[in-house]
Amino acid sequence: MRHLLSIEETPREDIEKILSTGRSFLEISRRPIKKVPVLRGKTVVNLFFEPSTRTRSSFEIAAKRLSADVMNFSASVSSVRKGETLKDTVLNLEAMKTDLIVIRHPSPGAARFLTTFCESAVINAGDGAHEHPTQALLDALTVLEHKGKLEDLQVVIVGDILHSRVARSDLFLFHKMGSSVVLSGPPTLIPPYLKAWPGEVEYDFDRALEGADVVIMLRLQMERMKGGFLPSLREYREKYQLTVERLNLIKPDAIVMHPGPINRGIELSHEVADSSRSVILDQVEKGVAVRMAVLSLLLGGEA
Amino acid sequence: MKILLKGGRVVSPANKIDRVMDILIEDGEVKEVGEVRCEDCQVYDLEKKVVFPGLIDLHVHFREPGREDAEDIDSGARAAARGGFVAVAMMPNTDPPIDDPLRVRFVAERSRSASVFVFPVGALTRGRKGEELAEIYLMAREGAVAFSDDGLPVRNPLVLRRGLEYLLAVDLPYLSHAEDLDLSQDGLANESPFTAKLGLRGRPWVSEAIGVSRDVLLAEFTGARVHIQHVSTGRSLDIIREARSRGVRVTCEVTPHHLFLDEEVLESFDPNFKMNPPLRTPRDREELIKGIKDGTVDAIATDHAPHSYDDKEVEFNAAPFGVIGLETAVPLVWDRLVRRRIISPRRFAELLSVNPAKILGLRGFGIIEKGYPAHITVVDPRREVVVDRDEFASRSRNTPFHGWKLKGAVVMTIVEGEVVHNAL
Repeated sequence: MRHLLSIEETPREDIEKILSTGRSFLEISRRPIKKVPVLRGKTVVNLFFEPSTRTRSSFEIAAKRLSADVMNFSASVSSVRKGETLKDTVLNLEAMKTDLIVIRHPSPGAARFLTTFCESAVINAGDGAHEHPTQALLDALTVLEHKGKLEDLQVVIVGDILHSRVARSDLFLFHKMGSSVVLSGPPTLIPPYLKAWPGEVEYDFDRALEGADVVIMLRLQMERMKGGFLPSLREYREKYQLTVERLNLIKPDAIVMHPGPINRGIELSHEVADSSRSVILDQVEKGVAVRMAVLSLLLGGEA
Repeated sequence: MKILLKGGRVVSPANKIDRVMDILIEDGEVKEVGEVRCEDCQVYDLEKKVVFPGLIDLHVHFREPGREDAEDIDSGARAAARGGFVAVAMMPNTDPPIDDPLRVRFVAERSRSASVFVFPVGALTRGRKGEELAEIYLMAREGAVAFSDDGLPVRNPLVLRRGLEYLLAVDLPYLSHAEDLDLSQDGLANESPFTAKLGLRGRPWVSEAIGVSRDVLLAEFTGARVHIQHVSTGRSLDIIREARSRGVRVTCEVTPHHLFLDEEVLESFDPNFKMNPPLRTPRDREELIKGIKDGTVDAIATDHAPHSYDDKEVEFNAAPFGVIGLETAVPLVWDRLVRRRIISPRRFAELLSVNPAKILGLRGFGIIEKGYPAHITVVDPRREVVVDRDEFASRSRNTPFHGWKLKGAVVMTIVEGEVVHNAL
């Protein structure tokens, strides 16, 4: 592996390798001294052109636990506002001899664009509505820990599929690993042409939930109301909020996930968010391990 | 200087010529055709070459005034000459736009010293804002050959209706970039399951189809001549086909990039595949080729849209729409359509010369005949071309065809008896 740009183009064997490496890294973060010298002397840049707390800190902690040096660069404090292009920004950072660049950017394909001119390894931490591969990998590791497998599961992804990079990466990953995926949400956010994707589309949320092993609730962006995708929050809540009653529809041992940050009382009722079925904080923990795995595999460190 | 073109296969459908013959050119005119002897001529041996009436591109963007660094009228005309075009119609979306008689005169004057004819297209409305009509008659007098607001289709159908009615007095065509901008919103690619996987916001086929329907209906209603630019979907062609069968005066063009590329190349997120209308599905591509064969498509036009290297060397969202096409159109069409026997050389001449001349009402173009101006394009069907953007005469490099190997090359372009490109 040279870069991690998308799940769609990552072969199954590589996904399995990342997950097994991630699993072995879980233990490091549970030690009192949470540091191994795997990436000592390597420089990792976090290049974020969109606000992010969770993903950026997760990458930062992952890199530091592997003893890499980390530099955080966010668009708001950069020279980007002075009209410097993305390419020039990256070339300038690279001139400081970086080894790996983690990039989040609003343009689909931004991470791939970097690979056309830069030497460093590149990790896509979210490119527009395209993909967010490490999120899917941490979701997979979470499911693996709870279910013991990634195949033959019924995975339901709920909400704003159209604009969600998490939905895409999760869909491709679970499909690739042999599980079936159901996409649910209002048709404005899952236009009918998406039925050509590998997942099944079920606009009726209750029916989508029946027999599910894993439910992934997506964050509802408030600007969707202005875009005319939805008339009101109350209607969305009524139709697509995961409530305690709806938990009865999924398998008794099914888990509820969310990439965060959650809108309490919108996509999830607070009872569900705080229930034992919710593994949202678990996902955050797995996120660090999976990112340690990707960093070490791309930079050629030994696990 | 007298020129003798010797032994080429001359294909000029306008006067039903398709045979090997010589052409004698003197004083910018075709003086003699048939078997010609000439002692004091510059003789070019065109054996095994195909000789066409000079090609015409109905749709180019030169960036003068405004962005001469990407293309000025002179460099654009050189690219046209190298690509086999003797005349081009230049869209008015410059900065400032070509929306008044003085600006039309500016383009016409700059064209005089350029290597090929650059015909100005005037804006239909002032500032291309779609609100008030521009001075169409005065612009026509200064040499505007057609009218168009180009990439900003007139939103208000009443304004368009008035514009089309007004055009009836000069019998010039309206060139329509047909699109419903509200439906297209800020889409970056075709709207489809494929591009949605890539996270690219879509411009659906229906936004073009609605634009085409509206403009075709207004053509029918007003009786004006409407030419639909860069048709990109099969559905749009259906609408045009149906309207024409009812006698509506509508013509249309397709571009080489819509004929030879589809949305699947976007996997690379290369901004050189970003244009509007966007690349559509493989199915649409087949439908367009079908339209070329069955005559629904009148012309192939490049929509040559130069952008500087820096403007295109950015992430996909930030890149401007458009690709250049003047120097690749002939090899592409020859290799993919003529050589594969999808169309004949005769149809090639219709699509790239006869019909464009007819659509723009250009007299003396689109025909090789004694007494007519000598506008000629020579193609060597055997010569292989490897598209190399660094060899372009255009100031810009934004081609989606870099590296393509094609058979069929332009070896000579003659404008009014003057050889403006010679690669024999």
